[in-house]
Amino acid sequence: MQRMNKIETVKLKALFTSFSKIGISTFGGGYAMIPIIEREIVENRKWIEKDQFLELLTLAQSAPGPLALNTAVFVGYKICKFKGALVSVCGIVIPSFTIILIIALFFSKIKDNQTVIAAFKGIRPAVVALILAPIFGLVKGMEYYKIALAIAAALAVWLLGISPIAFIVLGAIAGLLHVGFIKK
Amino acid sequence: MIYFQLFITYLKIGFFGFGGGYTMLSLIQHEVVEYRHWISNSELTDIIAISQMTPGPIAINSATYIGYTVTGNIWGSIIATVAVCLPALSIMILITRFYLKLQNNKYVTGILSGMKPMMIGMILSAGILLLTPNTFIDYKSWIILAAAFILSILKLNPIILIIIAGIVGVMIY
Repeated sequence: MQRMNKIETVKLKALFTSFSKIGISTFGGGYAMIPIIEREIVENRKWIEKDQFLELLTLAQSAPGPLALNTAVFVGYKICKFKGALVSVCGIVIPSFTIILIIALFFSKIKDNQTVIAAFKGIRPAVVALILAPIFGLVKGMEYYKIALAIAAALAVWLLGISPIAFIVLGAIAGLLHVGFIKK
Repeated sequence: MIYFQLFITYLKIGFFGFGGGYTMLSLIQHEVVEYRHWISNSELTDIIAISQMTPGPIAINSATYIGYTVTGNIWGSIIATVAVCLPALSIMILITRFYLKLQNNKYVTGILSGMKPMMIGMILSAGILLLTPNTFIDYKSWIILAAAFILSILKLNPIILIIIAGIVGVMIY
């Protein structure tokens, strides 16, 4: 029994170390972090096989929430059940939590500084560009009516102030009806 | 009361945050700026910039930051961060347990393909919603937007892009 506990502790520690490493080395999030995650959990730790990693990505993308977080839950649960999932999530969250908290404490003191104000005047439009740019990659190869629907939904959120949740739910229902009735 | 509102808001963001990252931004914008008025659009833009330059997913970073800004203490950060992680944690555990059955399920595939255009629409709306007079003060802002857009398409690292934009800001404003 004690031996079991010891093995479990070692596994949990390894999960925490790996996922905090992933958490600290993934800037900006999204797809840029996939190779980093793969190297750590497939090549270094050999927790899952390479082809299982691709399945994991599909699953992690179909659940709500950040990709890194979903991956952490999947791998953690697989290695050490609920405890493993929890420890891996802490690994992802704690480093960024600490860094952001320090910045939040610090930023409130410097935000009225003239240089900081000027820098952020330059940064804000660039952020908008960073958000919009990936859309071109995402719509590549997509049917025109779907692109039109995406634009319509964006305009409705923008002009009418409708909650994005409504459109995500609508999209889910439309997809479900489509396979349920049309593609018999 | 504010803690409870933070918890519910971030639970909602976590639960409907399909697609992660930028898709979640319009949700964050809608809940935190439009509905709760906790922060302004330009503050949100600053938080996104900071999130881009620091490690970790944007949804978690924004929860930590906004949690602190709204309450003025660390408990706000903790509550918002835990709330945004809870849905992903519970849903992914369910998926992991039943994953062999879900994988080729045509209904699941259908739901996801139906949501995809909506997720793209939400990224688009997040971008448009941040185009406010506070963020875009003059014609120079639009030039920065255009230049950053091209550099971003050319795959310039976002962190470098933000640093350059900051330097340009200091030089011209």
